[in-house]
Amino acid sequence: MPAAACPIGRACLFTFGCTLLFTLTGCDGPQSTLSPAGTGAARILTLFWWMAGFAFVIWLIVFGIAVYASRPKRSSHSANASRWLIIGGGAIFPTVVLTLLLVFGFRLMADLRTTEGADLRIAVTGERWWWRVRYLGQKDQSTELANEIRLPLGKRIEFILDSPDVIHSFWIPSLGGKVDMIPGRINKLVLEPTRVGVFRGVCAEYCGTSHALMNFKVVVMQAEDFEDWLATQAEPAAAPRSALARQGKKGFFANGCSACHTIRGTSADGEIGPDLTHVGSRLSLGADILPTTPEAFRRWIAHTEEIKPGVKMPSFGMLPDEQLQAMAAYLSGLQ
Amino acid sequence: MTDMSHQNQIPKNEEERRAQEARLAKPWEAPPGWRYWSAVNNTEVGLWYTVGAFIFFLFAGVLALLMRTQLSVPGNDFLSAETYNQFFTLHGSIMMFLFGVPIFEAFSIMILPQILGARDLPFPRLSAYGFWCFVIGGIFVCGSVFFDAAPRGGWFMYPPLTTKYQEGIGADIWLLGLSFIEIASIAAAVELIVGVLKTRPPGMRINMIPLYAWYVLVVAGMILFAFPPLIAGDLLLEMERAFDWPFFDPDRGGDPLFWQHLFWIFGHPEVYIIFLPAIALVAMIVPTFAQRPIVGYTWVVLAAVGTGFVSFGLWVHHMYTTGLPGISLSFFSAASEAVAIPTGVQIFCFLATALAGKFVRNVAMLFVTGALAIFVIGGLTGVMVAVAPFDFQVHDTYFVVAHLHYVLIGGVLFPVSAGLYYFYPMVTGKTLSEKTGQVAFWFMFIGFNVAFMPMHLSGLLGMPRRVFTYMDAPGYDILNMTSTVGAYVLAAGFACLVYEVVRPKKNQPYAKRNPWNAGTLEWMAEMPAKPWGARTIPLVKSRYPLWDQPNFLDDVDNGRFYLPDAEEGKRETMISTSIDAVPIQCLRVPGPTFKTFWAAMFTGGFFIFATYKWYTAAMISAALALAAILYWLWTGTAKIPEKREKHVGLGMTLPLYGSGSQSVGWWAMFITMVADVTAFLGLVFGYFFYWTVNEDFPPASASGPGFGWPLLAAGILLGSWIMTVLARRWNRQARSGAFYSALVTAIVFATAGIAALAAGPWLADMDPVSHVYPATVWILVIWTALHLGLGVIMQLYCMARRFAGRMTFEYDIDIQNVTLYWHFMAITVLVTTAVIGGFPLLT
Repeated sequence: MPAAACPIGRACLFTFGCTLLFTLTGCDGPQSTLSPAGTGAARILTLFWWMAGFAFVIWLIVFGIAVYASRPKRSSHSANASRWLIIGGGAIFPTVVLTLLLVFGFRLMADLRTTEGADLRIAVTGERWWWRVRYLGQKDQSTELANEIRLPLGKRIEFILDSPDVIHSFWIPSLGGKVDMIPGRINKLVLEPTRVGVFRGVCAEYCGTSHALMNFKVVVMQAEDFEDWLATQAEPAAAPRSALARQGKKGFFANGCSACHTIRGTSADGEIGPDLTHVGSRLSLGADILPTTPEAFRRWIAHTEEIKPGVKMPSFGMLPDEQLQAMAAYLSGLQ
Repeated sequence: MTDMSHQNQIPKNEEERRAQEARLAKPWEAPPGWRYWSAVNNTEVGLWYTVGAFIFFLFAGVLALLMRTQLSVPGNDFLSAETYNQFFTLHGSIMMFLFGVPIFEAFSIMILPQILGARDLPFPRLSAYGFWCFVIGGIFVCGSVFFDAAPRGGWFMYPPLTTKYQEGIGADIWLLGLSFIEIASIAAAVELIVGVLKTRPPGMRINMIPLYAWYVLVVAGMILFAFPPLIAGDLLLEMERAFDWPFFDPDRGGDPLFWQHLFWIFGHPEVYIIFLPAIALVAMIVPTFAQRPIVGYTWVVLAAVGTGFVSFGLWVHHMYTTGLPGISLSFFSAASEAVAIPTGVQIFCFLATALAGKFVRNVAMLFVTGALAIFVIGGLTGVMVAVAPFDFQVHDTYFVVAHLHYVLIGGVLFPVSAGLYYFYPMVTGKTLSEKTGQVAFWFMFIGFNVAFMPMHLSGLLGMPRRVFTYMDAPGYDILNMTSTVGAYVLAAGFACLVYEVVRPKKNQPYAKRNPWNAGTLEWMAEMPAKPWGARTIPLVKSRYPLWDQPNFLDDVDNGRFYLPDAEEGKRETMISTSIDAVPIQCLRVPGPTFKTFWAAMFTGGFFIFATYKWYTAAMISAALALAAILYWLWTGTAKIPEKREKHVGLGMTLPLYGSGSQSVGWWAMFITMVADVTAFLGLVFGYFFYWTVNEDFPPASASGPGFGWPLLAAGILLGSWIMTVLARRWNRQARSGAFYSALVTAIVFATAGIAALAAGPWLADMDPVSHVYPATVWILVIWTALHLGLGVIMQLYCMARRFAGRMTFEYDIDIQNVTLYWHFMAITVLVTTAVIGGFPLLT
C-alpha cells in the first residue's frame, strides 16, 4: 500500500483508523444517525457505509499514485502513458461510478420523500426556540403539546411542518432525514420508527440566538401504549392536589402566565408560548434543555433569559422564592 | 534621441544599456516617503492587497479558535450565545469575502503581469481603487465585532431571520459593507480579464497562455456572473430591512426562498472561485518541480472552463432540505456529481505530470502533496453529500463543516502556503527556510486532521452546525475536545509559517535568479526584482520560454526584445489581440495618485453612512465619490498622446492610442456591463419567481404601471440611445455641430424617458410596502432610472471632454465607451418596460 509508505499517508490513515474505531464503538446516542431507529435512517446509513468504503479505496489509490510519483527511485513514465491516467482515472472511471451512485440515489430519494400511506398525522410548528406539536385526529380534533413527540412503533407518521417566524429545520437523526420549516410554506415528511426508545430531535437550521437550545424529545412506544398516552394528553389538566400546588396555580394566574400559555381545563388560553396542560408528564422542559423536576421548573421561571438567551418569556426572578416554588410544584404536578 | 531610438533600440554597449535601464526605471519607481501609499503599480498594490487579505484571514482564524474554545466542553459559557453567533457569522463571511476571493485577486494582481511578461495591468488605478475599497470595507465589517454590533445572521443571511427578527445594524453592516467589497471584487475581476486578454506578450497565442492565466480568466469570468446575483439580493434584502419592501415576506407575496436562490447562485460558484485559483498555483508549481511541461495542458484548460460552467448549475444542492420537488433535486444532484469529473481530471493531470517527470522534494511540494491528501477527502465527502438522501441526514451538521474545511483548507490554504514558498523569492528576492517550512507543514497537517476528521463523526452523531453550545451525548465531549486541540495545533503551524514570512531577512543573501529553474515568464525577474517588472517584453514561442527558447534571459536583459527603453519617461506596456496576441498598441499606463484613494474613501462613506441610515450624509458622500471618480477619469484616462505612434523595438511600430474595440477601456466597459446586466437579470428573475410562487401575480386587485407609460418611456429612451450612437458617428465625421446637438437631444430624451418610466408606477399610486408586486416593479424602475442617470452624466462628460479638447474626431475613446454603455442601456430599458408594461397583458 504505497499510501502508507509516506508520512503524510500514514498520518491520514492513522486519523482514518481512529475515527473508524470510534465510529464502531461510540456510535450509540439519542441523536445518532449511526444507530438508526427508523426505516429512512437505516437506508441512508447503508448508503453511507457503501459510499464511505468506496471513498476510502479511491483515496488510497489517488494518494498512492502521488506517493509513488514522489519516490526518488522509480522508473520514468512517458507522457503518453501518463495521459491514459488522465483519461481513465480522471474521466472514465468517475463517470461510471458517479452514474451508478446517482441512479441509486434517485431511487432512494423517491422512497424517502413519498408522503403516501400515513397512519398518523402530526403538525409541528417551529417557534423561536421550541416546537409546537399538534396530533391531528379525526375531523378537526387535535391535541396540542410542545417539545415532545411520541410515536407508535412501526407506523408511518406524516409530519406537517411550518413556521410562523424564521426558518427552522425539523430533524430526528435516529429516524430519518430533515426537512426545513419555512414561513409561508408547508413541508411534509414521513418517518417510520422501527425501534422503541427515547431519542432527541433538533433544529438543524440556524434560527437565531438560541438555535442551539431548540431540541425535543422523541419517544417511540408500542402502538397500544401510544394510544393510551395520546388519550391522556387529550384530557384537560388535573387539578392541583397539594396546598403548595394550589398556591402555585394562583401565582400562575396572578403573574399573567395565562396570557401566553394554555392549560386546558383552566381559564389559561394564551397561544404565544407552549401548551402546559400536561407539562409535568413530559420528559424535558424548555425544549429539551432541563428535566421536569420542580427544581428545574423553579430555575426556568426565575432565570429564563439566562438559561435560554433571547427567549420571549420574561424571567420571573423578582418573585419571592416561596411563590416560585409553589408555581414549580403546580406545573410539575400537571401530569 | 528619438531618431536614434527609431533606428535601433538595442543598446550597443554596456554604457548605453545602463542609460536605457535608468530611463526605464525612473517612471516605474514607487514614490518615496508617505507618498508611497499613492502607488498604483501592480507590484505595490498587489502586495498590499495580499498582506491585507492575510491579515483578515488571521483575524477570522482567531475567531475560529475562540469558537473552538467555547465548544471544547458541553454547556460551556466562555462565549455568550450572541457573541458566538457574531463570531461564526464573521468567520464565514471574512473567510469568503475578505480572504478567499481577495487573496486570489490580490495574488493575481501581483503576479499576473509578471507571468505575462507585461509591465503592469491595464488599469493600475482601478486596482488601487479596489484595494482601498477592500481595506475600508474590511475594517468596517471586522471592526463591528468590537462594538458587539457585528452581523449574526450567518454568512448566508437567510431572511426572515435577518429581515424582521434581528435588531441592530449587524445585518446592514453585512449587506452594505460586503456589497461594497463585492464591487471591489468585480472591479478586480474586470481588470484581470482585460489583463489576460489584452496584455499578453507577442507570440503568446491562446494555446500558449500559462495555466495560471487561464485560471484567472475562468475565475474572473465566474466572479462576473456569480457576484451580481448576490448584489441584487443584497439590494432587495436591504430594501426590506430599511424601507419594509416585502421581497422576502410571505404575508405580502414575498418568499424567503428567493433569497436562498440568489444567495446560492452566487454561493456555489463562489466555492470554485476560491478553489480554482489555488489549483492554478498548483498548476504552476507541479511542472516546475517535475521539471517538465504539464501533461494534458488542453485537458486542464477544458476542465477548468468546464468546472466554471457546471458550478453555476449546482446551487440547489444547498437547498435539498427546503422541500423542493424531487425532479429539481435530481437535476441538481446530477450536476453536483458531474462537477467531480473536471475536478478529477485536473488532479490526474498533475499526477500525470509528476509521473512523467521528476519530483523535486521541498516544502512547496510538501504542501502540494498535503493539499492533495486533504482535498481528495473533501472531494469524496462532497460526492457523498451531493447524493440528496445522504444530505437529508448530514445537511447543516458538523459533517458538512468537516467537508467544507477539507475542501477549502486542502483546496486553498495548503496550495496557498505552497504558493507562498514558491513565489516568495520572486516577490522579495529571498527564499524561505525549508526547515521552518517543514515544521509548519507538519503542525498544520496534523493539527488540521485532528481538528476536522472527528467532525465527520460529530455530524453523523447528530450534532448540528452553528450551535453556540451542545448538550452532552455519547461521544460529543471527546470529539469536540479533540477538534479544539487540533485547531490549536493547526494555528501553531500557521504561526510558524507567518513567523517565517515576516522574520527579518536582512542578512540573508538574495536567491539566485530563477531559483527553482522554472520555465515561465515570471521567473525572468532579477533578484531583487526591479521596479519595471519585465526588463523587455519578450517574443514568446513556447509555453515554457525559459526552458525552450535559447539565450532567452540574455536577450531579455540586453534589450533585444520589445520596449527596452522609456524615452518619453512614461510607463508603457504592450496591448495585443485577445486570441493571437498580435501587438496592436503601446499603452501608456497611469502612475501614482491619491485620487483613487479619495474615490474609495467617499464610496466607502456612502455605504457606511447608509448602514447607519444617515441618508443625507450617504448622498453627499456618493456625490463626492462621483466627483472624485470623474476627476480621476478626466485627468488620468484617454489621454491624447504627443505623437501618433512609437517604435517599440525589433522593427515594430505601434500606435499610442486605440479607441473602440481596440482600446482596453472598451473591453473593461463591455465586461463591467455584462456583470451589471447579470445583476439586473437577477432582479428580473425575481419578478418571474414571484409570478411562479404567487397564484395571483400581478394581483388582480393591484394597480400596475399600465402599458402606455412604459411604452412611451421605451420609445423616448431608445431615441436617446440612437442619438448617442449618432453622436459617436458624427464625431468621427468631424461634424462638431451635429455631435453636440445629437448629445443634447440624447440628454433631453434620457431625462424625459426617466420621467416617463417613473410616471407609470407613480401615477398608479403603487405602494411598494403593500405587496411584493409594486415593490418589484419599483425596484426595476429605480434600477433602470439610476443607470440612465449615470448614462446622462456620461453624455455630459463626453460633451465636456470634446469641448475641452481632451477628445477629438480621431481620439474618441470617451464617446466610444459611452456608446457601448448605452447599448447595454437599450437592453435594460427594453427588458424593464417589456416586463413591467408588457407582461401583465399576457397574464
